[in-house]
Amino acid sequence: MLIKKGAEANLHLEEWQGRKVIMKRRMPKAYRLLQLDSDIRTHRTLHEPMLIHRAKEAGVPTPTIYMVDLAESNIIMQYIEGKQVKQILNTLPLSEKARICRSIGTSIGLLHKHGIIHGDLTTSNMILTSQGKIHFVDFGLSEHSEELEARGVDLHLMKRALQSTHHKSAKQCFEAILAGYTESVGKETAAEVLKKIQEIERRGRYIEER
Amino acid sequence: MYVSKLETPWSPQPLPKNPQKPTYILGIESTADDFSVGITTLNGKILANIISAYMPPTGGIHPREAARHHAEVAGETIHQALKKADTNPNQIQAIAFSQGPGLGPCLRTGATAARALAAYLKIPLIGVNHSVAHIEIAKLITGAADPVTLYVSGGNTIISAYEDGYYRIFGETLDIAIGNCLDVFARQAGLTQSPNNPFGAIIEQLASRGKTLIPLPFTIKGMDLSFSGLLTATVEALQSRKHRLEDICFSLQETAFSMLTEVTERALAHTEKPEVLVTGGVAANKRLQTMLKTIADEHNAHFSAVPKQYALDNGAMIAWTGALAYKHGITTPIERSEVKLKWRLDQVHVPWINRE
Repeated sequence: MLIKKGAEANLHLEEWQGRKVIMKRRMPKAYRLLQLDSDIRTHRTLHEPMLIHRAKEAGVPTPTIYMVDLAESNIIMQYIEGKQVKQILNTLPLSEKARICRSIGTSIGLLHKHGIIHGDLTTSNMILTSQGKIHFVDFGLSEHSEELEARGVDLHLMKRALQSTHHKSAKQCFEAILAGYTESVGKETAAEVLKKIQEIERRGRYIEER
Repeated sequence: MYVSKLETPWSPQPLPKNPQKPTYILGIESTADDFSVGITTLNGKILANIISAYMPPTGGIHPREAARHHAEVAGETIHQALKKADTNPNQIQAIAFSQGPGLGPCLRTGATAARALAAYLKIPLIGVNHSVAHIEIAKLITGAADPVTLYVSGGNTIISAYEDGYYRIFGETLDIAIGNCLDVFARQAGLTQSPNNPFGAIIEQLASRGKTLIPLPFTIKGMDLSFSGLLTATVEALQSRKHRLEDICFSLQETAFSMLTEVTERALAHTEKPEVLVTGGVAANKRLQTMLKTIADEHNAHFSAVPKQYALDNGAMIAWTGALAYKHGITTPIERSEVKLKWRLDQVHVPWINRE
Protein backbone atom coordinates (compact mmCIF):
# COMPACT_ATOMS: atom_id res chain seq x y z
CA MET A 1 0.00 0.00 0.00
CA LEU A 2 1.49 3.33 -1.07
CA ILE A 3 1.58 5.57 2.00
CA LYS A 4 3.79 8.39 0.81
CA LYS A 5 4.71 9.58 -2.63
CA GLY A 6 7.84 11.59 -2.02
CA ALA A 7 9.98 13.52 -4.45
CA GLU A 8 12.74 11.01 -4.34
CA ALA A 9 11.15 7.72 -3.34
CA ASN A 10 7.80 6.11 -2.70
CA LEU A 11 7.04 4.48 0.61
CA HIS A 12 4.87 1.37 0.72
CA LEU A 13 3.52 -0.24 3.86
CA GLU A 14 3.74 -4.03 3.35
CA GLU A 15 3.58 -7.35 5.13
CA TRP A 16 6.93 -9.11 4.87
CA GLN A 17 7.94 -12.30 6.73
CA GLY A 18 5.11 -11.69 9.15
CA ARG A 19 6.20 -8.17 9.92
CA LYS A 20 4.83 -4.76 9.06
CA VAL A 21 7.54 -3.17 6.97
CA ILE A 22 8.25 -0.09 4.92
CA MET A 23 9.37 -0.74 1.40
CA LYS A 24 11.20 2.29 0.12
CA ARG A 25 11.29 2.29 -3.67
CA ARG A 26 13.40 4.73 -5.57
CA MET A 27 11.47 4.94 -8.79
CA PRO A 28 13.16 5.96 -12.04
CA LYS A 29 12.67 9.67 -12.65
CA ALA A 30 11.54 10.40 -16.17
CA TYR A 31 13.06 13.91 -16.17
CA ARG A 32 16.60 12.60 -15.62
CA LEU A 33 18.88 11.03 -18.18
CA LEU A 34 18.85 7.26 -17.84
CA GLN A 35 22.50 7.09 -16.79
CA LEU A 36 22.28 9.90 -14.25
CA ASP A 37 19.05 8.42 -12.91
CA SER A 38 20.53 5.00 -12.33
CA ASP A 39 23.74 6.43 -10.79
CA ILE A 40 21.76 8.51 -8.30
CA ARG A 41 19.34 5.75 -7.33
CA THR A 42 22.09 3.16 -6.88
CA HIS A 43 24.25 5.51 -4.85
CA ARG A 44 21.44 6.44 -2.50
CA THR A 45 20.11 2.89 -2.10
CA LEU A 46 23.60 1.77 -1.19
CA HIS A 47 24.42 4.57 1.22
CA GLU A 48 21.14 4.94 3.05
CA PRO A 49 21.11 1.53 4.83
CA MET A 50 24.75 1.90 5.85
CA LEU A 51 24.17 5.30 7.40
CA ILE A 52 20.89 4.28 9.06
CA HIS A 53 22.81 1.47 10.72
CA ARG A 54 25.66 3.76 11.78
CA ALA A 55 23.14 6.21 13.24
CA LYS A 56 21.61 3.42 15.31
CA GLU A 57 25.10 2.54 16.61
CA ALA A 58 25.54 6.20 17.56
CA GLY A 59 22.44 5.93 19.76
CA VAL A 60 19.88 7.59 17.53
CA PRO A 61 16.62 5.66 17.06
CA THR A 62 16.29 4.62 13.40
CA PRO A 63 14.40 1.86 11.56
CA THR A 64 16.08 -1.53 11.36
CA ILE A 65 17.10 -2.51 7.83
CA TYR A 66 15.83 -5.95 6.73
CA MET A 67 16.80 -6.15 3.09
CA VAL A 68 18.38 -4.15 0.28
CA ASP A 69 17.74 -4.81 -3.40
CA LEU A 70 20.27 -2.75 -5.29
CA ALA A 71 19.11 -3.81 -8.73
CA GLU A 72 15.59 -2.55 -8.08
CA SER A 73 16.69 0.31 -5.77
CA ASN A 74 14.49 -1.06 -2.99
CA ILE A 75 15.05 -1.02 0.75
CA ILE A 76 12.89 -3.01 3.16
CA MET A 77 12.97 -1.67 6.70
CA GLN A 78 11.12 -1.66 9.99
CA TYR A 79 7.84 0.25 10.07
CA ILE A 80 8.00 2.88 12.80
CA GLU A 81 4.54 3.41 14.21
CA GLY A 82 3.97 6.97 15.29
CA LYS A 83 3.37 10.49 14.07
CA GLN A 84 5.45 12.75 11.88
CA VAL A 85 6.85 15.56 14.01
CA LYS A 86 5.83 17.92 11.18
CA GLN A 87 2.17 17.10 11.75
CA ILE A 88 2.06 17.42 15.51
CA LEU A 89 4.62 20.07 16.44
CA ASN A 90 2.39 23.09 15.82
CA THR A 91 -0.39 21.62 17.95
CA LEU A 92 1.69 20.99 21.07
CA PRO A 93 1.99 23.22 24.16
CA LEU A 94 5.23 25.15 24.40
CA SER A 95 6.81 22.95 27.09
CA GLU A 96 6.18 19.77 25.11
CA LYS A 97 7.52 21.44 21.96
CA ALA A 98 10.68 22.34 23.85
CA ARG A 99 11.08 18.78 25.14
CA ILE A 100 10.74 17.28 21.67
CA CYS A 101 13.06 19.81 20.08
CA ARG A 102 15.66 19.30 22.77
CA SER A 103 15.55 15.58 22.14
CA ILE A 104 15.88 16.18 18.36
CA GLY A 105 18.91 18.34 19.10
CA THR A 106 20.49 15.63 21.25
CA SER A 107 20.08 13.13 18.40
CA ILE A 108 21.55 15.49 15.79
CA GLY A 109 24.47 16.04 18.15
CA LEU A 110 25.00 12.26 18.46
CA LEU A 111 24.97 11.88 14.68
CA HIS A 112 27.54 14.65 14.21
CA LYS A 113 29.69 13.34 17.03
CA HIS A 114 29.89 10.04 15.13
CA GLY A 115 30.69 11.68 11.80
CA ILE A 116 27.23 11.31 10.31
CA ILE A 117 25.61 14.19 8.43
CA HIS A 118 21.90 13.58 7.94
CA GLY A 119 21.63 15.87 4.94
CA ASP A 120 17.87 16.38 5.06
CA LEU A 121 16.88 17.38 8.57
CA THR A 122 13.23 18.33 8.45
CA THR A 123 10.37 17.55 10.79
CA SER A 124 8.90 15.33 8.04
CA ASN A 125 11.83 12.99 8.56
CA MET A 126 11.28 12.49 12.28
CA ILE A 127 8.68 10.20 13.81
CA LEU A 128 7.43 10.45 17.36
CA THR A 129 6.39 7.08 18.76
CA SER A 130 3.83 6.46 21.48
CA GLN A 131 6.74 5.87 23.89
CA GLY A 132 7.84 9.46 23.27
CA LYS A 133 10.95 8.45 21.33
CA ILE A 134 11.88 10.30 18.13
CA HIS A 135 13.05 8.13 15.27
CA PHE A 136 15.07 9.66 12.44
CA VAL A 137 14.18 8.32 9.01
CA ASP A 138 15.21 9.04 5.41
CA PHE A 139 18.98 9.02 5.23
CA GLY A 140 18.94 9.23 1.43
CA LEU A 141 21.06 12.38 1.36
CA SER A 142 23.29 11.42 4.29
CA GLU A 143 27.04 11.32 4.17
CA HIS A 144 30.02 10.67 6.36
CA SER A 145 31.84 13.85 7.32
CA GLU A 146 33.67 15.32 10.28
CA GLU A 147 33.82 18.78 8.75
CA LEU A 148 32.47 21.83 10.49
CA GLU A 149 31.02 23.08 7.20
CA ALA A 150 28.91 19.94 6.76
CA ARG A 151 27.65 20.11 10.35
CA GLY A 152 26.81 23.78 9.94
CA VAL A 153 24.84 23.16 6.75
CA ASP A 154 23.01 20.25 8.40
CA LEU A 155 21.78 22.42 11.28
CA HIS A 156 21.13 25.37 8.98
CA LEU A 157 18.72 23.09 7.05
CA MET A 158 16.99 22.16 10.28
CA LYS A 159 16.57 25.84 11.14
CA ARG A 160 15.23 26.60 7.68
CA ALA A 161 12.77 23.73 7.83
CA LEU A 162 11.44 25.15 11.09
CA GLN A 163 11.15 28.63 9.60
CA SER A 164 9.21 27.46 6.58
CA THR A 165 6.92 24.90 8.25
CA HIS A 166 6.72 25.96 11.90
CA HIS A 167 7.36 29.68 11.50
CA LYS A 168 5.37 30.76 14.56
CA SER A 169 7.64 28.97 17.01
CA ALA A 170 10.74 28.47 14.86
CA LYS A 171 12.98 30.54 17.11
CA GLN A 172 12.13 28.75 20.37
CA CYS A 173 12.27 25.36 18.66
CA PHE A 174 15.70 25.98 17.20
CA GLU A 175 16.99 27.25 20.55
CA ALA A 176 15.79 24.03 22.19
CA ILE A 177 17.46 22.00 19.45
CA LEU A 178 20.72 23.84 20.04
CA ALA A 179 20.47 23.17 23.77
CA GLY A 180 20.07 19.44 23.09
CA TYR A 181 22.84 19.55 20.51
CA THR A 182 25.19 21.19 22.99
CA GLU A 183 24.47 18.38 25.46
CA SER A 184 25.76 15.83 22.94
CA VAL A 185 28.76 17.57 21.40
CA GLY A 186 29.88 19.86 24.23
CA LYS A 187 29.90 23.64 24.54
CA GLU A 188 33.05 24.24 22.53
CA THR A 189 32.01 22.33 19.41
CA ALA A 190 28.48 23.70 19.61
CA ALA A 191 29.82 27.26 19.64
CA GLU A 192 31.99 26.54 16.61
CA VAL A 193 29.08 25.04 14.69
CA LEU A 194 26.84 27.96 15.62
CA LYS A 195 29.45 30.38 14.26
CA LYS A 196 29.58 28.34 11.07
CA ILE A 197 25.80 28.49 10.68
CA GLN A 198 25.94 32.28 10.85
CA GLU A 199 28.67 32.31 8.22
CA ILE A 200 26.62 30.03 5.94
CA GLU A 201 23.58 32.25 6.29
CA ARG A 202 25.51 35.36 5.32
CA ARG A 203 26.98 33.55 2.33
CA GLY A 204 23.78 32.18 0.84
CA ARG A 205 21.96 35.47 0.47
CA TYR A 206 23.28 37.16 -2.56
CA ILE A 207 26.39 36.26 -4.42
CA GLU A 208 27.93 39.06 -6.41
CA GLU A 209 29.25 38.23 -9.86
CA ARG A 210 32.88 37.31 -9.80
CA MET B 1 28.27 60.51 -7.94
CA TYR B 2 26.58 59.71 -11.23
CA VAL B 3 23.52 61.73 -10.41
CA SER B 4 24.70 64.70 -12.40
CA LYS B 5 24.55 62.56 -15.51
CA LEU B 6 20.89 61.79 -15.02
CA GLU B 7 18.88 63.67 -17.59
CA THR B 8 15.19 64.23 -17.07
CA PRO B 9 14.01 65.23 -20.52
CA TRP B 10 10.89 66.99 -19.30
CA SER B 11 12.51 68.92 -16.48
CA PRO B 12 12.64 72.34 -18.14
CA GLN B 13 8.88 72.47 -18.65
CA PRO B 14 6.65 73.28 -15.66
CA LEU B 15 3.95 70.72 -14.90
CA PRO B 16 0.59 71.36 -16.58
CA LYS B 17 -2.06 73.01 -14.40
CA ASN B 18 -5.00 70.58 -14.38
CA PRO B 19 -3.39 67.20 -14.66
CA GLN B 20 -5.42 64.12 -15.55
CA LYS B 21 -6.14 61.68 -12.75
CA PRO B 22 -2.94 59.65 -12.29
CA THR B 23 -3.41 55.91 -12.66
CA TYR B 24 -0.03 54.44 -13.56
CA ILE B 25 2.95 53.06 -11.67
CA LEU B 26 6.42 53.55 -13.10
CA GLY B 27 9.01 50.97 -12.06
CA ILE B 28 12.79 51.24 -12.22
CA GLU B 29 14.93 48.10 -12.20
CA SER B 30 18.70 48.34 -11.74
CA THR B 31 19.90 45.47 -9.53
CA ALA B 32 22.62 44.17 -11.84
CA ASP B 33 23.54 44.49 -15.51
CA ASP B 34 20.22 45.80 -16.87
CA PHE B 35 18.66 49.19 -16.43
CA SER B 36 14.97 48.98 -17.19
CA VAL B 37 11.86 51.09 -16.86
CA GLY B 38 8.33 49.69 -16.94
CA ILE B 39 4.92 51.28 -16.67
CA THR B 40 1.81 49.36 -15.59
CA THR B 41 -1.71 50.18 -14.51
CA LEU B 42 -2.89 49.32 -11.02
CA ASN B 43 -4.66 46.33 -12.54
CA GLY B 44 -1.59 44.88 -14.15
CA LYS B 45 -1.81 46.08 -17.72
CA ILE B 46 1.75 46.48 -18.95
CA LEU B 47 2.09 49.65 -21.00
CA ALA B 48 5.86 49.83 -21.36
CA ASN B 49 8.91 47.74 -20.56
CA ILE B 50 12.12 49.26 -21.89
CA ILE B 51 15.35 47.39 -21.11
CA SER B 52 18.82 48.81 -21.60
CA ALA B 53 21.31 45.97 -21.16
CA TYR B 54 24.88 46.50 -20.11
CA MET B 55 27.02 43.75 -21.51
CA PRO B 56 30.75 44.05 -21.04
CA PRO B 57 32.76 42.82 -24.05
CA THR B 58 34.83 40.54 -21.81
CA GLY B 59 34.65 39.35 -18.22
CA GLY B 60 31.80 39.61 -15.73
CA ILE B 61 29.82 42.58 -14.48
CA HIS B 62 31.91 45.26 -12.89
CA PRO B 63 29.39 46.85 -10.50
CA ARG B 64 30.76 50.37 -10.94
CA GLU B 65 30.93 50.12 -14.73
CA ALA B 66 27.37 48.82 -14.81
CA ALA B 67 26.27 51.67 -12.54
CA ARG B 68 27.94 54.15 -14.90
CA HIS B 69 25.97 52.62 -17.78
CA HIS B 70 22.74 52.87 -15.78
CA ALA B 71 23.35 56.54 -14.99
CA GLU B 72 24.05 57.28 -18.63
CA VAL B 73 20.89 55.62 -19.95
CA ALA B 74 18.50 56.42 -17.08
CA GLY B 75 17.02 59.61 -18.51
CA GLU B 76 16.61 58.25 -22.00
CA THR B 77 15.10 54.95 -20.79
CA ILE B 78 12.53 56.73 -18.63
CA HIS B 79 11.71 59.01 -21.55
CA GLN B 80 11.27 56.05 -23.90
CA ALA B 81 9.04 54.21 -21.44
CA LEU B 82 6.73 57.24 -21.11
CA LYS B 83 6.64 57.57 -24.88
CA LYS B 84 5.90 53.87 -25.37
CA ALA B 85 3.11 54.01 -22.76
CA ASP B 86 1.83 57.12 -24.53
CA THR B 87 1.59 58.96 -21.26
CA ASN B 88 3.14 61.91 -19.45
CA PRO B 89 4.63 62.15 -15.97
CA ASN B 90 1.43 63.61 -14.53
CA GLN B 91 -0.35 60.33 -14.98
CA ILE B 92 2.14 58.47 -12.84
CA GLN B 93 0.76 57.74 -9.41
CA ALA B 94 3.89 56.42 -7.74
CA ILE B 95 7.50 55.49 -8.53
CA ALA B 96 8.54 51.93 -7.71
CA PHE B 97 12.19 50.92 -7.71
CA SER B 98 14.17 47.78 -6.98
CA GLN B 99 15.51 48.36 -3.49
CA GLY B 100 17.40 45.04 -3.32
CA PRO B 101 18.92 42.50 -3.36
CA GLY B 102 21.64 43.32 -5.84
CA LEU B 103 24.90 45.10 -6.55
CA GLY B 104 25.35 48.25 -4.46
CA PRO B 105 26.41 50.80 -7.10
CA CYS B 106 23.75 49.57 -9.55
CA LEU B 107 20.95 49.65 -6.97
CA ARG B 108 21.97 53.12 -5.79
CA THR B 109 21.83 54.55 -9.31
CA GLY B 110 18.26 53.31 -9.81
CA ALA B 111 17.23 54.47 -6.33
CA THR B 112 18.65 57.94 -7.00
CA ALA B 113 16.72 58.21 -10.26
CA ALA B 114 13.55 57.03 -8.49
CA ARG B 115 13.92 59.49 -5.60
CA ALA B 116 14.56 62.37 -8.00
CA LEU B 117 11.48 61.51 -10.06
CA ALA B 118 9.24 61.03 -7.04
CA ALA B 119 10.40 64.29 -5.46
CA TYR B 120 9.96 66.23 -8.69
CA LEU B 121 6.49 64.83 -9.35
CA LYS B 122 5.58 65.01 -5.65
CA ILE B 123 4.36 61.41 -5.68
CA PRO B 124 5.12 58.46 -3.39
CA LEU B 125 8.09 56.13 -3.67
CA ILE B 126 7.76 52.34 -3.33
CA GLY B 127 10.78 50.18 -2.59
CA VAL B 128 10.29 46.77 -4.22
CA ASN B 129 12.09 43.51 -3.51
CA HIS B 130 13.61 42.23 -6.76
CA SER B 131 12.92 38.56 -5.95
CA VAL B 132 9.28 39.21 -5.08
CA ALA B 133 8.97 41.12 -8.37
CA HIS B 134 10.25 38.14 -10.41
CA ILE B 135 7.55 35.97 -8.80
CA GLU B 136 4.74 38.55 -9.14
CA ILE B 137 5.35 39.30 -12.83
CA ALA B 138 5.44 35.58 -13.60
CA LYS B 139 2.16 35.07 -11.73
CA LEU B 140 0.56 38.03 -13.52
CA ILE B 141 1.50 36.81 -16.97
CA THR B 142 0.98 33.06 -16.57
CA GLY B 143 -2.07 33.31 -14.32
CA ALA B 144 -0.49 31.09 -11.65
CA ALA B 145 -2.14 31.77 -8.30
CA ASP B 146 -0.43 29.72 -5.60
CA PRO B 147 2.64 28.00 -7.05
CA VAL B 148 5.86 26.48 -5.85
CA THR B 149 8.23 28.90 -7.60
CA LEU B 150 11.71 28.14 -8.85
CA TYR B 151 13.48 31.47 -9.31
CA VAL B 152 16.69 31.01 -11.25
CA SER B 153 18.96 33.79 -12.47
CA GLY B 154 22.52 35.10 -12.47
CA GLY B 155 22.28 36.19 -8.86
CA ASN B 156 19.61 33.98 -7.31
CA THR B 157 18.47 30.37 -7.02
CA ILE B 158 15.43 30.12 -4.75
CA ILE B 159 12.60 27.61 -4.33
CA SER B 160 9.71 29.27 -2.54
CA ALA B 161 5.99 29.12 -1.88
CA TYR B 162 3.55 31.45 -0.20
CA GLU B 163 2.42 30.77 3.34
CA ASP B 164 0.83 33.09 5.89
CA GLY B 165 1.85 36.53 4.64
CA TYR B 166 5.27 35.70 3.27
CA TYR B 167 6.98 33.84 0.44
CA ARG B 168 8.70 31.11 2.42
CA ILE B 169 12.05 29.88 1.16
CA PHE B 170 12.15 26.08 1.00
CA GLY B 171 15.46 25.79 -0.78
CA GLU B 172 18.20 28.00 -2.15
CA THR B 173 21.79 27.87 -3.24
CA LEU B 174 24.38 27.59 -0.51
CA ASP B 175 27.01 29.26 -2.68
CA ILE B 176 26.74 30.56 -6.26
CA ALA B 177 23.59 30.99 -8.34
CA ILE B 178 22.89 28.63 -11.26
CA GLY B 179 23.06 31.51 -13.77
CA ASN B 180 26.40 32.56 -12.37
CA CYS B 181 27.65 28.96 -12.65
CA LEU B 182 26.67 28.82 -16.34
CA ASP B 183 28.13 32.28 -17.10
CA VAL B 184 31.48 31.64 -15.43
CA PHE B 185 31.79 28.32 -17.26
CA ALA B 186 30.94 30.00 -20.59
CA ARG B 187 33.67 32.60 -20.07
CA GLN B 188 36.16 29.87 -19.17
CA ALA B 189 35.23 28.11 -22.40
CA GLY B 190 35.98 31.29 -24.31
CA LEU B 191 32.43 31.78 -25.52
CA THR B 192 31.19 35.29 -26.29
CA GLN B 193 27.65 36.50 -25.71
CA SER B 194 25.53 39.24 -27.20
CA PRO B 195 22.23 40.79 -26.03
CA ASN B 196 20.31 38.49 -28.40
CA ASN B 197 22.33 35.43 -27.59
CA PRO B 198 23.32 35.33 -23.91
CA PHE B 199 25.60 32.66 -22.42
CA GLY B 200 22.65 30.61 -21.19
CA ALA B 201 21.24 30.32 -24.71
CA ILE B 202 24.65 29.46 -26.19
CA ILE B 203 25.17 26.68 -23.63
CA GLU B 204 21.66 25.39 -24.36
CA GLN B 205 22.41 25.23 -28.10
CA LEU B 206 25.73 23.44 -27.53
CA ALA B 207 24.13 21.04 -25.01
CA SER B 208 21.47 20.05 -27.54
CA ARG B 209 24.28 18.52 -29.62
CA GLY B 210 25.85 16.71 -26.64
CA LYS B 211 25.64 12.92 -26.33
CA THR B 212 27.94 11.66 -23.62
CA LEU B 213 27.32 12.28 -19.94
CA ILE B 214 30.47 13.15 -18.00
CA PRO B 215 30.11 12.34 -14.28
CA LEU B 216 29.92 15.62 -12.34
CA PRO B 217 29.17 16.34 -8.67
CA PHE B 218 25.47 16.26 -7.84
CA THR B 219 25.11 18.26 -4.61
CA ILE B 220 21.82 18.57 -2.79
CA LYS B 221 21.56 19.28 0.93
CA GLY B 222 17.97 18.84 1.98
CA MET B 223 16.25 21.32 -0.30
CA ASP B 224 19.35 23.46 -0.69
CA LEU B 225 21.82 23.21 -3.54
CA SER B 226 25.48 23.85 -4.16
CA PHE B 227 26.89 24.73 -7.58
CA SER B 228 30.46 25.72 -6.77
CA GLY B 229 31.79 22.14 -6.79
CA LEU B 230 29.93 21.46 -10.02
CA LEU B 231 31.46 24.56 -11.61
CA THR B 232 34.98 23.56 -10.57
CA ALA B 233 34.55 20.02 -11.90
CA THR B 234 33.08 21.29 -15.18
CA VAL B 235 35.95 23.71 -15.71
CA GLU B 236 38.37 20.86 -14.96
CA ALA B 237 36.65 18.70 -17.57
CA LEU B 238 37.10 21.57 -20.02
CA GLN B 239 40.77 22.02 -19.22
CA SER B 240 41.49 18.30 -19.47
CA ARG B 241 40.80 18.60 -23.23
CA LYS B 242 39.41 15.07 -23.16
CA HIS B 243 35.82 16.00 -23.98
CA ARG B 244 33.85 17.79 -26.68
CA LEU B 245 32.51 21.17 -25.56
CA GLU B 246 29.03 19.97 -26.56
CA ASP B 247 29.29 17.02 -24.16
CA ILE B 248 30.51 19.24 -21.33
CA CYS B 249 27.63 21.69 -21.81
CA PHE B 250 25.23 18.75 -22.01
CA SER B 251 26.57 17.21 -18.79
CA LEU B 252 26.58 20.54 -16.96
CA GLN B 253 22.97 21.24 -17.92
CA GLU B 254 21.73 17.72 -17.19
CA THR B 255 23.39 17.64 -13.77
CA ALA B 256 22.51 21.19 -12.67
CA PHE B 257 18.93 21.03 -13.93
CA SER B 258 18.35 17.58 -12.39
CA MET B 259 19.42 19.10 -9.07
CA LEU B 260 17.02 22.03 -9.50
CA THR B 261 14.18 19.74 -10.53
CA GLU B 262 14.70 17.34 -7.64
CA VAL B 263 14.63 20.18 -5.12
CA THR B 264 11.55 21.70 -6.74
CA GLU B 265 9.84 18.32 -6.58
CA ARG B 266 10.74 18.03 -2.90
CA ALA B 267 9.15 21.43 -2.23
CA LEU B 268 6.14 20.39 -4.26
CA ALA B 269 5.71 17.13 -2.35
CA HIS B 270 6.21 18.97 0.93
CA THR B 271 3.79 21.86 0.32
CA GLU B 272 1.30 20.00 -1.91
CA LYS B 273 0.75 23.20 -3.91
CA PRO B 274 -1.30 22.90 -7.13
CA GLU B 275 1.14 24.75 -9.40
CA VAL B 276 4.80 24.92 -10.39
CA LEU B 277 6.20 28.17 -11.77
CA VAL B 278 9.67 28.98 -13.09
CA THR B 279 10.91 32.56 -13.32
CA GLY B 280 14.16 34.51 -13.75
CA GLY B 281 16.69 34.57 -16.58
CA VAL B 282 17.44 30.82 -16.58
CA ALA B 283 13.68 30.08 -16.85
CA ALA B 284 14.01 30.58 -20.60
CA ASN B 285 15.90 27.27 -20.92
CA LYS B 286 13.70 24.72 -22.68
CA ARG B 287 15.41 21.67 -21.20
CA LEU B 288 14.83 22.97 -17.67
CA GLN B 289 11.20 23.70 -18.55
CA THR B 290 10.71 20.16 -19.85
CA MET B 291 12.14 18.62 -16.67
CA LEU B 292 9.96 20.79 -14.43
CA LYS B 293 6.85 20.03 -16.46
CA THR B 294 7.53 16.31 -16.00
CA ILE B 295 7.48 16.55 -12.20
CA ALA B 296 4.52 18.92 -12.18
CA ASP B 297 2.53 16.40 -14.24
CA GLU B 298 3.52 13.60 -11.89
CA HIS B 299 2.07 15.52 -8.94
CA ASN B 300 -1.00 16.69 -10.86
CA ALA B 301 0.22 20.26 -10.63
CA HIS B 302 -0.05 22.83 -13.38
CA PHE B 303 3.26 24.00 -14.84
CA SER B 304 4.01 27.42 -16.25
CA ALA B 305 7.12 29.33 -17.24
CA VAL B 306 7.45 33.09 -17.46
CA PRO B 307 7.82 34.20 -21.12
CA LYS B 308 11.30 35.23 -22.19
CA GLN B 309 10.71 39.00 -22.28
CA TYR B 310 9.76 38.98 -18.59
CA ALA B 311 12.25 36.32 -17.56
CA LEU B 312 15.19 38.72 -17.51
CA ASP B 313 15.38 41.66 -15.12
CA ASN B 314 12.79 44.19 -16.23
CA GLY B 315 11.07 47.36 -15.09
CA ALA B 316 7.55 46.06 -15.64
CA MET B 317 7.95 43.56 -12.79
CA ILE B 318 8.99 46.39 -10.45
CA ALA B 319 6.09 48.57 -11.58
CA TRP B 320 3.58 45.73 -11.14
CA THR B 321 4.86 44.72 -7.70
CA GLY B 322 4.84 48.42 -6.81
CA ALA B 323 1.20 48.55 -7.91
CA LEU B 324 0.32 45.57 -5.69
CA ALA B 325 2.01 47.21 -2.71
CA TYR B 326 0.50 50.63 -3.45
CA LYS B 327 -3.02 49.19 -3.55
CA HIS B 328 -2.37 47.87 -0.04
CA GLY B 329 -1.22 51.23 1.23
CA ILE B 330 2.48 50.44 1.19
CA THR B 331 4.84 53.28 0.23
CA THR B 332 8.44 53.94 1.21
CA PRO B 333 9.31 57.23 2.90
CA ILE B 334 12.48 58.73 1.46
CA GLU B 335 14.38 58.27 4.74
CA ARG B 336 13.75 54.53 4.50
CA SER B 337 14.56 54.20 0.81
CA GLU B 338 18.20 53.16 1.25
CA VAL B 339 19.13 50.16 -0.89
CA LYS B 340 19.31 46.73 0.74
CA LEU B 341 22.02 44.64 -0.89
CA LYS B 342 21.03 41.40 0.83
CA TRP B 343 17.28 41.84 1.19
CA ARG B 344 15.86 38.32 1.38
CA LEU B 345 12.66 37.21 -0.28
CA ASP B 346 11.30 35.78 2.97
CA GLN B 347 11.70 39.11 4.80
CA VAL B 348 9.06 40.83 2.69
CA HIS B 349 5.50 40.96 3.96
CA VAL B 350 3.17 40.43 0.99
CA PRO B 351 -0.29 41.42 2.27
CA TRP B 352 -1.76 41.47 -1.24
CA ILE B 353 -1.91 37.69 -1.30
CA ASN B 354 -4.94 36.42 0.48
CA ARG B 355 -5.55 32.72 0.85
CA GLU B 356 -7.00 32.08 4.24
